[in-house]
Amino acid sequence: MSLVNLHQVHKYYGDHHVLKGIDLDINAGEVISIIGKSGSGKSTLLRCINGLEEYQQGGITLDGNEVTTEDIQVRRLALSVGMIFQNFNLFPHMTVGENIMLAPTIVLKKSKAEAADIAKAMLEKVGLAEKFDSYPEKLSGGQQQRVAIARALAMSPKVLLCDEITSALDPELVGEVLKVLEQLAKEGMTLILVTHEMNFARDVGSRVVFMHKGKVWEQGDSKTLLSDPQTDELKQFIGAVL
Amino acid sequence: MLHFSDLLQYTDVFFSGLMTTVELTLLTTILGIALGTSCAATRQYGHPIGQRTVTVYVELIRNTPFIVQLFFIFFGLPSLGLKLSPWQASMIALTINLGAYSTEIIRAGLNSIPKGQIEAAKVLGMTFRQTLTRIIFTPAFEKIYPALTSQCIIVMLGSAVISQISVEDLTYAANLVQSRNFRAFESYLVTAFLYLGLAIALRFIFNQIGKRLFAYREAR
Amino acid sequence: MIQFSNYDIISNLLYATQWTILLSIAAFIGGTSVALLLTAARLTRNNVVQKCVHFYVELFQGTPLLMQMFLCFFGLSMLGYEISAWGAAILSLTLFTSAFLVEIWRGCIDTLPKGQWEASRCLGLSFLQTLRHIILPQAIRVAVAPTVGFSVQVIKGTALASIIGFVELTKVGTMLNNATFEPFKVFALVALIYFVLCYPLSLYSKYLEKKFHVSR
Repeated sequence: MSLVNLHQVHKYYGDHHVLKGIDLDINAGEVISIIGKSGSGKSTLLRCINGLEEYQQGGITLDGNEVTTEDIQVRRLALSVGMIFQNFNLFPHMTVGENIMLAPTIVLKKSKAEAADIAKAMLEKVGLAEKFDSYPEKLSGGQQQRVAIARALAMSPKVLLCDEITSALDPELVGEVLKVLEQLAKEGMTLILVTHEMNFARDVGSRVVFMHKGKVWEQGDSKTLLSDPQTDELKQFIGAVL
Repeated sequence: MLHFSDLLQYTDVFFSGLMTTVELTLLTTILGIALGTSCAATRQYGHPIGQRTVTVYVELIRNTPFIVQLFFIFFGLPSLGLKLSPWQASMIALTINLGAYSTEIIRAGLNSIPKGQIEAAKVLGMTFRQTLTRIIFTPAFEKIYPALTSQCIIVMLGSAVISQISVEDLTYAANLVQSRNFRAFESYLVTAFLYLGLAIALRFIFNQIGKRLFAYREAR
Repeated sequence: MIQFSNYDIISNLLYATQWTILLSIAAFIGGTSVALLLTAARLTRNNVVQKCVHFYVELFQGTPLLMQMFLCFFGLSMLGYEISAWGAAILSLTLFTSAFLVEIWRGCIDTLPKGQWEASRCLGLSFLQTLRHIILPQAIRVAVAPTVGFSVQVIKGTALASIIGFVELTKVGTMLNNATFEPFKVFALVALIYFVLCYPLSLYSKYLEKKFHVSR
């Protein structure tokens, strides 16, 4: 059975029809890159998967459970879905360590010591072990994003959603974040990324989903799809970004 | 029980009080903002002595109650030989009060103008006065217009105090009516809602004026 | 006719100042307490409750404090509830203060980026956990400076209690004026005392604001 399943998902902002019947099946261990022009609905799609946005028709299931925006539901979801944002959204009044330890202690009810061990292990993983006691504002953008990844990983999610997580970074900082993602992919983590990093999508991703006008316009194996696009829209898009 | 019908015969008393309040508010708004603008410009770009004088004025007014300022002007100044009618004293007190607050607000607006704008004007050969009136003021006022107009409304509400030196404003009318028919609660309640209506009306008018004043964005 | 020396004037004014300070503190405590309740009510995201809080704010920000005091003092006693000038002053200043503080605090909570709520939600924090661990610690830091700043308005507001006959600094000032016929001196002194009370708070508020902006 697939880990994430979307069936005929429709989403409206008032009169604006943003998602027009999305069908998508994602299996455990896949690395999905969602690409497309801005306004094509790709971020909205991602935010529907973890209940940050409502959808009006269709259904989304995650690990067999239905996804809704109900508070209780979203919180249960949080146990299996991690989310990384474009602008990090670290908590500025807490140290890096506290940022990571917060949810394990108050949501998973782990002890402080246990949470601290997890936090250290996760920071190790993203290569920032020495920043445990720093405040987010003292870190570079790339470092902040790696902390955000560590924070999400500390909840041991089954799938990680990444919403344009390198878009707010200076070009020279993009690499360090992508390296962490690549490592996660190798370890078998399921990743769903909304991204502009075509090279990453081709080299690390298993599948590319091209969104256009609120629909899944074209999808397939990342290497084949990007080297041999079938639709004019995708050809045009690839031509524009490469 | 409440008896609002007892107030009906005093409609004209309330109305003339309301008119006095409106009249004072409008005059104060114009004079106070003019005073605030010149003080803010002085504080920002003026001679050091001028700057210091403005600072002292603003801090003195902002850190003392309006009623004390009013009493000082109305009761205190005549002992220096400056005789003022209640209406004149109120006008002066309200203007000075609004002037101080608007100085601070307008200064924040002037501060918000990027230095590059002033430099660009200089490079184009504009004089300082031209720069100030043509480049700085409009965007500065646009930025602080909501804060400035709220302050005008706060001053209008604060003007209720001038009834204490027997200016026949809206509050004076309320006192007069309740002393005649002993319906204090009704009288003050109606007056409170008249003030509320006036505040809402003023906000609406200020918004409309603002839309006209700063329409240059949509004009083209 | 009793003669008042400068010493008499000043000592009377200073004595009255105690009542101004006491009234200010009482009103500030009352105002913050009510504002806390209203802020909590507003955060429940219940539409009806939010409308009610909005109406409350409009009502007390849109009418003169003096009128609120008259209503509390003359109005309540007309309706059969006996209330002292002291009680009416505290009550009306509490209502007035809370209406402004709840609005100031709303601004502080609203300045926090939406991402803070979203990130907390994605980590599985409940609404109350998000408030307690994420929103309030940050909002409080933003709110301290404007709240201290507003305390100056509260102190100045207490001067209106003189009109309903509560004997505090301004009232004693008018009484001394009537007795001495030295309005210039008396009201200048009254103003000076208010200034001494308020100015440090204004400065402190400015200092806090600067400190906060530097730390951001």
